[in-house]
Amino acid sequence: MSSETRPTGGLLESGLEGLSHNFLTGTLEELVKWARRHSVMPATFGLACCALEMMAAGGPHYDLARYGMETFRASPRQADLMIVAGRVSQKMAPVLRQIYDQMMEPKWVISMGVCASSGGMFNNYAIVQGVDQIVPVDVYAPGCPPSPETLMHAILTLHDKIKNGELTRRKGEGLGLVVEQMGPSGPVPVTLGQG
Amino acid sequence: MTDIDAQSGEADTPAEIAPETLFDTLLTHSHGQLVLHPTRESYPGLLATLHAAGYHSVVDLCGVDYLTNDSRQLPAAIEPERFEVVVNLINHRERARLRLRVQVPEIDAVLPSAFILYPGTEAMERETFDMFGISFDGHPDLTRILMPEDWIGHPLRKDYDVGRIPVQFKGAPANR
Amino acid sequence: MTATHELPANVNQTSEGGQELTSADVVAASERLRELGAVLRLSENDAILAEREQVPDDETMIINMGPQHPSTHGVLRLMLELQGETVLRCKPIIGYLHTGMERTGEELTYLQGPTNVTRMDYAAPLFTELAFSLTVEKLLDIEVPERAIWIRMLMTEMNRISSHLLFMATNGMDLGAVSMMLYGWREREEALRFLQEVTGLRMNHNYIRPGGVAADLPDGWRDGVLRLLDMLPGRLAEYDTLLNQQPIFRERLQGVGAINADECLALGVTGPILRSTGYDWDLRRDMPYLAFDQVDFDVVVGSYGDCFDRYAIRLAEIHESMKIVRQCLEKMPKGDYRIQDKKVTPPPRARIDESMEALIHHFKIFTEGFKVPEGEAYVAIESPRGELGCYIVSDGSSNPYRMHVRAPSFVNLQTLPHLMHGSLVADAVAIISSVDPILGEVDR
Repeated sequence: MSSETRPTGGLLESGLEGLSHNFLTGTLEELVKWARRHSVMPATFGLACCALEMMAAGGPHYDLARYGMETFRASPRQADLMIVAGRVSQKMAPVLRQIYDQMMEPKWVISMGVCASSGGMFNNYAIVQGVDQIVPVDVYAPGCPPSPETLMHAILTLHDKIKNGELTRRKGEGLGLVVEQMGPSGPVPVTLGQG
Repeated sequence: MTDIDAQSGEADTPAEIAPETLFDTLLTHSHGQLVLHPTRESYPGLLATLHAAGYHSVVDLCGVDYLTNDSRQLPAAIEPERFEVVVNLINHRERARLRLRVQVPEIDAVLPSAFILYPGTEAMERETFDMFGISFDGHPDLTRILMPEDWIGHPLRKDYDVGRIPVQFKGAPANR
Repeated sequence: MTATHELPANVNQTSEGGQELTSADVVAASERLRELGAVLRLSENDAILAEREQVPDDETMIINMGPQHPSTHGVLRLMLELQGETVLRCKPIIGYLHTGMERTGEELTYLQGPTNVTRMDYAAPLFTELAFSLTVEKLLDIEVPERAIWIRMLMTEMNRISSHLLFMATNGMDLGAVSMMLYGWREREEALRFLQEVTGLRMNHNYIRPGGVAADLPDGWRDGVLRLLDMLPGRLAEYDTLLNQQPIFRERLQGVGAINADECLALGVTGPILRSTGYDWDLRRDMPYLAFDQVDFDVVVGSYGDCFDRYAIRLAEIHESMKIVRQCLEKMPKGDYRIQDKKVTPPPRARIDESMEALIHHFKIFTEGFKVPEGEAYVAIESPRGELGCYIVSDGSSNPYRMHVRAPSFVNLQTLPHLMHGSLVADAVAIISSVDPILGEVDR
């Protein structure tokens, strides 16, 4: 290419005046948070009724793609947001915890619906009374099931939290949540986030 | 209203009226539905008779724990026990349904399995075992089906706590 | 479990062993034969043949699929034994969504009951409500008014449409026809819009209750129904162009996962799977409930019993449901939408402001509930997945002594080992999808 036809990109013509719209400046933390906020990839973790509403949110009418979030990842290794959509049974709890542990840092959790948040109407032997007993939760979405709008609001709340929150704090640590795990000789207390 | 239909009209002289039977088993009516009351011993034979008579499908099989309900009505010849296994059968050709109620005692809660004749009862019997602890003799794979395999207790029994049960959480066995 | 939780001694007789598929080398030959017969439900001849052609252990592999897997429709878990790409054995492991609803149902009054059961089959919630309500009404020996019957029919058929549309979407997605998923969701939204208009919720409606329905149809409901009825035929024709005439889609489904009528009956299977084998059985026509004997519709049956037949039956059932909905529009009678029986029905809101008795009555019904006479009953209806039954034992109090729901998905899931035997592992996804299990209903 000859020097006459080479595009100058505005920088050479206007000197340093083009700097204001050609460069981004900020602290590293701000930039990292900005990037994270715009590339949240949810894992498909549909459990019950809420899963249908979660899928509906990704469908054409609600169109989660507006927020750059329509790619639900089937593998937890590729995801950084776990939407716990539905009631978590005692049998599912270890599975859920394992999938959470398989996700890469940084990772976030949205507890979708009352069953995931608190056990909901099922205060019985089978349901874990709130998924926050197992994994640290960032945003709770109320409703039974929450409509797709509620889920979107939860997601936007999470975006806001990522953008304005702290960068360095590792998820789960410092919360001091302790659960009992069944060991070979009875229950053993385990602090969450260190497993 | 009650299970006893054939005798309730003339409760004063029940002995004089022979109890109604069907397939040689005591029969009662419940809201227009036919209910048979086989004993534990006659249950497998009755199933074979019913299968031959066109009842080709077991629609449903479930357990009931009558620990805190002593008001149920049974034919006089049937000894009430703590557990009951309720089997619903359907005859597609005659468009008829039948219900069997089998009494199962608390001690030695075992019932012959219907699996050989009706393979569809496999999951239902496992569920009944899981929820009530009733064993099925001859079942090919009697393990817990709904609860985790190392769960303690049978949750649908009436003496099992309903709620506020601590999490029986076990760490996942695999590598993380 | 902590030590504070005391249990009676005999409760502790618990685990009989693992639920998982044991590897072939630790299983003795006789045990394996029994397991093959049980899990795959082979006839004795087949089982002996299978024993003879038993492959060496180092050629097979047991893999785990689920419970967190995008194509298992929720939290179904399968253990598959593979030889290369061929499935030798398969065992579904369920319970990952066990919610204890039957136990919770014993704690709730009959009026609260539908709130609980509606969360079982979350793709078709109105059907479980209907089964529960019909059973309670049978125990109470009451007849609901004509209008309530027809409203129930209208709503459940609309629900059947939305449920089958959901199947169309997920079936397409599982087979890689992702645009079908978007189309399915698009139409389902339209159906849900009508349900929301009437019941106030998109799912888990708690609309059909013992004694009638929760509220009358709103003004302009006819327009909502007609909008859907006018829109759907064109959209279904699109499905036809997109899927039925697409060779890849047909190849993935035709001849895959075949079953015959005898096997279905032995396994207790109902619904579209039974009908796909050519067995002509639909409770709406053969053992009519509500007013299905007064409407005209066809029962669609297949002929091969394969995945494609099950798909095609569901597509055709949408058309049949639309026929029924149209007749409901014409025949919808005037009158009460719930029974005028003081025992069951709370007084209307307006009466509470003027009458003390009505207030007390209202309060009592919603705090204590109504009492149901002693007895037991089983009522079954045809849900989009098959026979949905409800068995209730009443001890004369205001909540059920025992509430059991016969869930069609739970029973239909037993066909999976049979359908998958000898098929390719890629077809496993198509087979799960065509059984259309809703795990909320499987595990309850």
